[in-house]
Amino acid sequence: MSTMFRVLASRSVAMVILAGAAMGFLAPEASAQQEGRRRRGGDQPVKPIELTPEQTAQLTKVANDRKLNVDDLLAAAKTYMPSGRHDDYVLFSSGGQSGQVFAIGVPSMRLLRSISVFTPESWQGYGFAGENDPVVESLKINGKLVAWGDTHHPALSETKGDYDGQFLFIGDKANARLGVIDLRDWETKQIVKNPLTISDHGAAFVTPNTDYVIEGGQYATVLGYGYAPPEEYKKSYRGMVTMWKFDRAKGRVDEKSSFAIELPPYWQDLADAGKLASDGYFFINSFNAEMATGGVERGNPPFEAGASKRDMDYLHIVDWKKAEAAFKAGKVKVINGFPVITIETSIAEGILHFAPEPKSPHGVDVTPDGKYMVVAGKLDPHVTVYSIDRIKKAIADKKYTGKDEYGVPILDFDSVKEAQVELGLGPLHTQFDDKGYAYTSLFLDSAVARWSLGGDFASKHKEQPWKLVTKTPVQYNIGHLCAAEGDTVSPDGNFLISMSKWSVDRFLPTGPLLPQNFQLLDIVQPGTTMPVLFDMPIGVGEPHYCQMIKADKLQTWKVYPEVGWNPHHQKLDPNAPKKGDEGVTREGKKVLVKMTAVRSHFTPEHVEIEEGDTVTWRITAIETAQDATHGFCIGGYNINLSLEPGEYTEFTFTADKPGTYPFYCTEFCSALHLEMMGYLHIKPKATNAAAPASEGATTASAK
Amino acid sequence: MSGILKALIGPRVPDDELRRHRARYAMPTLVFMIARVFLLVSIFFPYWHMELEAPQYPNGLFLTAYVNHLSGDVREIDGLNHYIGMRPLGEAAAFERAASIWMILAMFLLVEGAAFIHSKWAVLLAVPAITYPLGFIADLYYWMRTFGLNLDPDAPLSSSVKPFVPTVIGEGGIGQFKTYAEFGTGYWLAVMCSVLVIVGFYFHRRAYRPLTLRTAALSAAAGGV
Repeated sequence: MSTMFRVLASRSVAMVILAGAAMGFLAPEASAQQEGRRRRGGDQPVKPIELTPEQTAQLTKVANDRKLNVDDLLAAAKTYMPSGRHDDYVLFSSGGQSGQVFAIGVPSMRLLRSISVFTPESWQGYGFAGENDPVVESLKINGKLVAWGDTHHPALSETKGDYDGQFLFIGDKANARLGVIDLRDWETKQIVKNPLTISDHGAAFVTPNTDYVIEGGQYATVLGYGYAPPEEYKKSYRGMVTMWKFDRAKGRVDEKSSFAIELPPYWQDLADAGKLASDGYFFINSFNAEMATGGVERGNPPFEAGASKRDMDYLHIVDWKKAEAAFKAGKVKVINGFPVITIETSIAEGILHFAPEPKSPHGVDVTPDGKYMVVAGKLDPHVTVYSIDRIKKAIADKKYTGKDEYGVPILDFDSVKEAQVELGLGPLHTQFDDKGYAYTSLFLDSAVARWSLGGDFASKHKEQPWKLVTKTPVQYNIGHLCAAEGDTVSPDGNFLISMSKWSVDRFLPTGPLLPQNFQLLDIVQPGTTMPVLFDMPIGVGEPHYCQMIKADKLQTWKVYPEVGWNPHHQKLDPNAPKKGDEGVTREGKKVLVKMTAVRSHFTPEHVEIEEGDTVTWRITAIETAQDATHGFCIGGYNINLSLEPGEYTEFTFTADKPGTYPFYCTEFCSALHLEMMGYLHIKPKATNAAAPASEGATTASAK
Repeated sequence: MSGILKALIGPRVPDDELRRHRARYAMPTLVFMIARVFLLVSIFFPYWHMELEAPQYPNGLFLTAYVNHLSGDVREIDGLNHYIGMRPLGEAAAFERAASIWMILAMFLLVEGAAFIHSKWAVLLAVPAITYPLGFIADLYYWMRTFGLNLDPDAPLSSSVKPFVPTVIGEGGIGQFKTYAEFGTGYWLAVMCSVLVIVGFYFHRRAYRPLTLRTAALSAAAGGV
């Protein structure tokens, strides 16, 4: 009896001790869960709906009152996002002449935010941080502020040919610049100016692991800001493509390890990097192989006619691995401080080949498996499909039909061509889905064409290979188009955006300047069904290209990782004022202001300086709550900052105009936001005339 | 002198008696041991939680108190509290938090000591462990009350929020915030410890009281002769 009791007792004791020990080990995890979980079950599971007859009647009435048909109701149901529900995709769109990038949620087509890149923008405090603002400095070209850009082609960083959600690159056609955006905080980190050329077009495109960001040129000039009259066009004008080396760890383009390849003065257009089967190559097409020099005012044919005469232009096939080797071997010529592989070197090293392509084509797009290059005809109703296997074989067999004027070998068209598919008028750009279809924009037809791929893709669909399947009209004049991850090695086949350039009658009139029209197409069903679901007006610029990434790939910060974070360097800044460190100090004419901002006050609230002082002003937003953003502005001095939670900013200005300047928080931060202000007192220089007057005023106010 | 000491620590158990009733004498020691383990483990668990809900905080704000530190959205809560002039949470119970681990270790050792003392005076050693959960509530209430009633009269919202006593347990509210406060696992472990120590004394009395009486009777008899 007692033995049994003893055994039981000792066992239960052991169990309790074990349980206690286990709880001890689990404690941190268990409590962490407890902290965030109680009283909140997260999202309530959505129950499948079933419409009652009353609800059906209600729905029908609303539809009829609003003149909606069943397709409209379905389109609304496919795109509507209830409050608080997040979109599946983020569309990163160029902002055209606005010089920005827009982020748009898909399928709701809601503008999430803009990201300023080449154009100062006040809400983001981008370019409004006083004198020597690093943003403004980065926008200067040869010492001149170029405060706008014509953003064209965004490129998400890729790993193994798939978007990795880390960085976004964007080209500025007008000024041949490249912007680098970090997708942790969605801010521009670097502006790179091409030292060779004034403007460009084919930027940005990345190699499959983002080793390089490709910037293709366009309008030929004398490289390196040189001069030559148009009569010397063939002799002195040149095209180029630049390979910007990307340092992923630093999140910056490494300009020192970058180089360019000189090209004949055809107008290089769009580019795409090869992947998988075509990894190591990139492709650029061109127009104006005629090398027309225009001059309609001199009785010459205008560019539009002169550059479109010939039946064929050249698809540029660039072996960039060989180019990289030539650059590393020092086989370059330095132009304006930048290494350039000359046309002669390219020919000698087998870097550059041409393939004929039907007249004045536009986009060149590589299929997801990397085996085919699709060139859209623009002035030719076909897309021409080239095979990388055929190209490689033709290069190996030297199947040339000749050389161009600069000695670049031209591959035999029939030997490299896989197929030509007649789609309609004005084919421009092509994207892909996961079902073996390609989608091409037809500018003149104002339509999106769905057509079937051949090769290994043929088993994925029921159509004949290389055939037009269907066309959906879009409104109007579609330029680029973008399918969900539709230019990667694994497209999602989910949604497609038609970037329609004219909206004409789609929206309420907005004066003579009309918005562009981003149209959402449903491409989930195979075959001929491909309806337009939604029209989104873009009234901020004329976007060119966009890319659509699965939202869950983005690792976006909710607030800066630490208080005192410097977004320019993406690290904690030792200069960031801490709470308790605030104050104003002076050294001669130099004043240092150390300030903190927290709901709902700045510390200090009075800053007293003198006319002519040079002021360095440091502010830390000592906030950690999501969305607790402050602003900071000083009227009359062109200063406005966006102080996001944890962010540190420094600005400098010369107090050349005395006065009593209220500064205040420009982002409605709290109930006492209006009270979040202070005064900058800039005392006038003491002069004989001013001194007694100001003294008198002081005395009067004291009484 | 040694007589008083003997009376304090109580009689030792003769070997043959121990052999015959091992379970009876082991029980108080074992129960005290479990109680002590619970007390020690409680250090790693939160004693008290508060959740604050407001429209602009869709995920809520959380405050978790361990015996020796605060965690959760302390910074944000302090930021909000400054509007009503409440002092930063870190200034509350600073001594208690600093001393807590030592106090728990002391209670742990005292309960251990209680197992070796076989007289009724053993209870004295266990009093801290038994009353500890009540003491925790009293201290929490004291600080909440002190903080709530001593708002800075110069705070931004001092004219609209009057001094108040925050709710220590259950549902409360201040401004647009609803608050929910409850005890955490650590606190319940401390309560278990307290209960187990009391249970342990049942076994303690069952084992040692007869022994004490017998020893007293024996010594009385010896004195009489």
